[in-house]
Amino acid sequence: MTNWCMVIDLEKCVACQGCSIACRMENNTPVVSPEEAKNGRAIRWNDVFPLPVHIAPDQGEYPNVKTHYSTRPCMHCKNAPCVKVCPVQATFIDEEGIVRQNYDRCIGCRFCTVACPYGVRYFNWSEPQWEETLAEYRNPDQLSVNGSLEGPAVRPVGVVEKCTYCVHRLVKARELAKVEGREFRADEYVPACVQTCTGKARFFGDLDDPDSTVSQLSKSLRATHLLEDSGAHPKTLYLAEG
Amino acid sequence: MQQTLTLHDRDELITPLYKFDRKFWMVIAFLIAIITPGMLLYVRQLVLGLGVTDLNRPVFWGAYLVNFIFLIGISMAGTVISAVLQLLKVNWRRPITRIAESLTVFGLMTAGLQIIMDMGRPDRLINTLLYGRLQAPLMWDIASLTLYLLTAVFALYLQLIPDIALLRDTAPAAAPEWRKKLYSILSLGWTGAKEQWRRLEKAITVVSVFIIPIGISLHTVTSWLFSTTVQPGWKSTILGPYFVVGAIFSGIGLLFIAVSLAREYNKHLKEYITETFYINLGWIFIVMSAVWFYFTLNETLVVVTEQETLEFPVMASKLFGQFAPAFWGMNILMIAATWILVAPKFVSDKPTRNPLLQTVTGLVATGISVILFFLLWLQLPALSDPNIQTGLIIAFVLLFIVALFGVTKWMKTRLITSTVIASAFVLFGMWLERWNILMPTLTHARLIPYTTYTPTITEIAVTISTFGILTLMFVVFYKFFPSISIWEVEEGRALEQIADRR
Repeated sequence: MTNWCMVIDLEKCVACQGCSIACRMENNTPVVSPEEAKNGRAIRWNDVFPLPVHIAPDQGEYPNVKTHYSTRPCMHCKNAPCVKVCPVQATFIDEEGIVRQNYDRCIGCRFCTVACPYGVRYFNWSEPQWEETLAEYRNPDQLSVNGSLEGPAVRPVGVVEKCTYCVHRLVKARELAKVEGREFRADEYVPACVQTCTGKARFFGDLDDPDSTVSQLSKSLRATHLLEDSGAHPKTLYLAEG
Repeated sequence: MQQTLTLHDRDELITPLYKFDRKFWMVIAFLIAIITPGMLLYVRQLVLGLGVTDLNRPVFWGAYLVNFIFLIGISMAGTVISAVLQLLKVNWRRPITRIAESLTVFGLMTAGLQIIMDMGRPDRLINTLLYGRLQAPLMWDIASLTLYLLTAVFALYLQLIPDIALLRDTAPAAAPEWRKKLYSILSLGWTGAKEQWRRLEKAITVVSVFIIPIGISLHTVTSWLFSTTVQPGWKSTILGPYFVVGAIFSGIGLLFIAVSLAREYNKHLKEYITETFYINLGWIFIVMSAVWFYFTLNETLVVVTEQETLEFPVMASKLFGQFAPAFWGMNILMIAATWILVAPKFVSDKPTRNPLLQTVTGLVATGISVILFFLLWLQLPALSDPNIQTGLIIAFVLLFIVALFGVTKWMKTRLITSTVIASAFVLFGMWLERWNILMPTLTHARLIPYTTYTPTITEIAVTISTFGILTLMFVVFYKFFPSISIWEVEEGRALEQIADRR
């Protein structure tokens, strides 16, 4: 079975936030007003943020500046704290190692958002709104699994949403291979952030295939996880700077 | 045992049930007035989503969850008082068992209501039954709450049966027909036969044995909602017992207030609920406050000493940061409450000329210390000098101590008033305690910048509304059923008579 995994090379990342925008357009994450965003209601499945988060380091003065940035999709943990606490199994790990969210079943208790140590789960506080022209460019894709909404179609108010490694793209790629009457190959599918990455810092593939790029990179001495001590066994890999 | 109800008792306990006077309607009107705004704002929240609250990322839970834990906590009153004292055959419990048990039922009902108000999709509540995962802590809580509520309703009803039969037999001719019918159905054909009494006593004992572990499980499971996550500040094994102790503590506080209000409403109750009850339960209250301080010290000291990178910022925000007013406010309230309960036991009844024990001293010191507390809270730039700050803190502590001494004598002569004041302090302090457990951790997420949370008008109104509903249920219930377990009081009297004869 495939075990999908993303590798982010922080050495190559230029913090352009292209992944953030690509994710927004691909997954129809709702836009909120600046005041709401200031109040912590912004939804960015793929966030670019300064590191360390809490202690402002001595960054020096221009032009002698040193700044660290990181980018944060869902870690798709093997021992996911969010999955453990969901009372109705609205979030679950599928057989290919992706932590998915069933928007039709979520009761909005927000236990998963509290339990996640990475803060990559987002709640729909209000009815999503798009400004006129933006609404025309929404991704028309829609993924339904056993009659339950999962894909990039707009989520209703009051449910939790999260990065899914663009699972609808996986379904699409599989269907295409099927129609063309051939075997599906793991390199036929990448999430939108990987496709768009300016610095080619993101890699995606099957971690269980020893020949894939991601499993080669996972053996690098620079390979690390975010908050390795969280006990969640995060899967998304980072290649550390330096 | 024959029912030995005197005409006197009937006048005092049963006649008021049929008297819908102006006082009753005024209370109802007042309660509806404070419930309505919150309900309207809740409807608005249903339409617009939880965006009308100040909840955000990472503060996904707020005032609703604090209320939920608090209401679960106060529901402990019934279990402790009724079941434990019942099993220990303590006699002074008799007049207040009914009020205690009904508080459990109403507390749990409003707690359930609060969790539904907190849900993003209350319309999907049924999913917890259709797709419930028994591995999830929230499901343990739902299961435990349901079981506790059902058991508490059952216990309350069992205690009520002989009294309902009494109401059925003594209903005045003018009583409405539907009420007579209601009592007749609810009494389940109770005739007071010896066999019926034997079975009732047996059933009550069995329920009392069962309800204690169920009650403790609910408070522990509620703490597990937090301690099973990997968030700093919650990863604590002490949280379970800490919640149980806090629950008993605040439960007794609410019981004192409810009993005192009932006594004020129906003055006749003063003959049944005497000072003996206040003194005896007061001792349990004092013990619980000592245990509570012990746990709070454990929680605080360990983290402060080890200063671990994740845990310490959470604790520091309580000790010196944005949650300092709530944390120290809680401690001051608890110290004052304990003092109010303990200190009068050490002074004599005789008038004294010791200036430290005069009421005037107490009032003046209280006034100045309150002003000092607010000066410290406001953090005025003019007072930012460390020496002035330290001086203010020392002056505050000294005046606070003087105030505590000053009020002692006044408290000594007013047992019930002082117990109610202490209970109010404990209730408010326990609400703050729950706030201090939830909020510092939620605002100090690991990978999201530190943030703040201030409840909006919606959350405040819904909170007031919730406590209004709790009171309304209490008031309406006691318009239909006597607030004192008549048969238990009779039984107590009979036992006393037998003891006297010997």
